[in-house]
Amino acid sequence: MFDLSGKTALVTGASGAIGGAIARALHKQGATVTLSGTRTDALEKLKGELGDRAHVIAARMDDAADIDRLVKEAEAAMGKIDILVNNAGITRDNISMRMKDEEWEKVLQVNLTGTFRLTRATMRGMMRRRHGRVINITSIVGVTGNPGQANYAAAKAGLIGMSKSLAQELASRAITVNCVAPGFIATPMTDVLTDEQKKAILGRVPADRLGTPDDIAAGVVYLASDEAAYVTGQTLHINGGMAMI
Amino acid sequence: MSDIAERVKKIVVEHLGVEAAQVKEDAKFIDDLGADSLDTVELVMAFEEEFGIEIPDDAAEKIQTVGDAIGFIKSNAKS
Repeated sequence: MFDLSGKTALVTGASGAIGGAIARALHKQGATVTLSGTRTDALEKLKGELGDRAHVIAARMDDAADIDRLVKEAEAAMGKIDILVNNAGITRDNISMRMKDEEWEKVLQVNLTGTFRLTRATMRGMMRRRHGRVINITSIVGVTGNPGQANYAAAKAGLIGMSKSLAQELASRAITVNCVAPGFIATPMTDVLTDEQKKAILGRVPADRLGTPDDIAAGVVYLASDEAAYVTGQTLHINGGMAMI
Repeated sequence: MSDIAERVKKIVVEHLGVEAAQVKEDAKFIDDLGADSLDTVELVMAFEEEFGIEIPDDAAEKIQTVGDAIGFIKSNAKS
């Protein structure tokens, strides 16, 4: 089950904790992976760890030309893109009263517009081959909201609506489009929280632990697999029961 | 150059699964040949591959009949 031998995957934000775990998991199942992101040293380090079947192509998600270049280079490196994991994302947290236009726009541009552009550029090859898996990493806050994250929550909710639309457009071509929505995951981003903050968060998680990047990666592997061919337009919530939707 | 018309018609027949007799030059992809909007995108992609040309989006939108496609390709094909 979930064998990805012969499949190729492009993972954005692969220099981060969750993106790295996703890339490792897809690679472990046999896929060839292209690691994208902005921190080249971290991407190269991961490539070194993976060994064969791994490529690095740095790209910025706020630059339309760079996104087109990424798709061209990834297709040239791997021959095709079967699986696209849109994991790249940024935060610019601030309460709405104080949120600046550029904080709003930057988050929408990278997390939502960049994802749309990259997906649109990748669809062409998938349509031609009558096969494709698009997996967008959204967030629990895209469904529940979160104070201080109006921009991030809007972008992540936008990803869910976008994915459902694309799923309907592309289903007849055997291309599925789904979301994975992590809850609170232990990453360098959540490491900075105080013990008190962590305790407060855990109080809302029935599983009584933070999630791990591997918990998310397992969901991505499933949605990327041939076994998930009949699953499209869905959001898989991986959050230890923190929100049941 | 009639070769281009034949190649275009062959692609349309194969892609849309219609009879060759239906693929007349004034036949509209969507209204007469049962294509949906995604089919028209794929037809354009198939023409681009077959003839080694690039059909920009604004030109692609104007290609509504088999004859439109043949006309565009005749004036833009390299060979």
